[in-house]
Amino acid sequence: MGDGPPGPDAPAASRAGVRRDALGVGLAVGAYGLSFGAAAVTAGLDTAQACALSLLLFTGASQFALVGVLGSGGSAVAAVAGALLLGSRNTLYALRLSSLVPARGVRRLAAAQLTIDESTAMATAAPAGLAPLGFWATGLSVYVLWNLATLLGALGAARLGDPAALGLDAAVPAAFLALLAPQLRTWTAARVAVAGALLTLVAIPLTPAGVPVLLAGLAVVPLLLRRRTG
Amino acid sequence: MIWAAVLVASAGCFALKLAGWSVPARWLQGERLQSAAVLLPVALLAGLVVVQAFASGRSLVLDARAAGLAVAAVLVLLRAPFLLVVLAAAGTAALLRAL
Repeated sequence: MGDGPPGPDAPAASRAGVRRDALGVGLAVGAYGLSFGAAAVTAGLDTAQACALSLLLFTGASQFALVGVLGSGGSAVAAVAGALLLGSRNTLYALRLSSLVPARGVRRLAAAQLTIDESTAMATAAPAGLAPLGFWATGLSVYVLWNLATLLGALGAARLGDPAALGLDAAVPAAFLALLAPQLRTWTAARVAVAGALLTLVAIPLTPAGVPVLLAGLAVVPLLLRRRTG
Repeated sequence: MIWAAVLVASAGCFALKLAGWSVPARWLQGERLQSAAVLLPVALLAGLVVVQAFASGRSLVLDARAAGLAVAAVLVLLRAPFLLVVLAAAGTAALLRAL
């Protein structure tokens, strides 16, 4: 195997496992859709606008940022700028996904729409050959559940509870950690992950929302500067 | 004004996603670019975990999320199944908040 630290087994050893995990991710993220719908309405959007955001924009962090700025009296320009900043990490994800997941023409448009943190994490964590399944199953699962939940949340059903009370705000980073771990099989990958985490940690108090995660991307710069791969 | 923000943000974010998909594979073909591209999601997702577990606005905090993540990390090292890791993290945080 690699020369690096041992990694846990991939989260799913079979197609059924990948689908099951994709559904689990969709349910966890879907619960946040409820709070998004409610937050959007609280911020002054109507149900149609809240649903349009989930259908068209479909990027959780960007959506929350947009309604947050609008709800606190910020300008539309600031709201859009924040949403775009948070959305730029999807561009970086897509640089990797385009080699993992074949998609041309209309499929590429669909793939672009489904490019989010979760579908990227599942695609990159998937066992050999199952990256497209991980990507599409997760992307579609989240898309359907997020949108349904947004509608319910906007219509008022979200007052059933706060995701934090159920510990879902711990479940989400835990899920990403579990998806990240099998990819840390080499020392290089582990160093990149640690460097990314440290860059973000330092950046959180110093930069606006969205920037800390983007700065984590700088952790790969040393790889671009190496004289030879090792 | 809200509809304008919704539609412009949506179009812009879609364009951002599509732009990444549209970069020709040829441009990323050098060995160093390849290894950087492969590990770029690793770096970003590691940063994302940190933000989701420790950020509260622009402050760093240790709260029930951190406890949930710690439990998750132990289970991940023990090679526990994915769904168990997620449920244990949620349960830990929920329990701590209920106490």
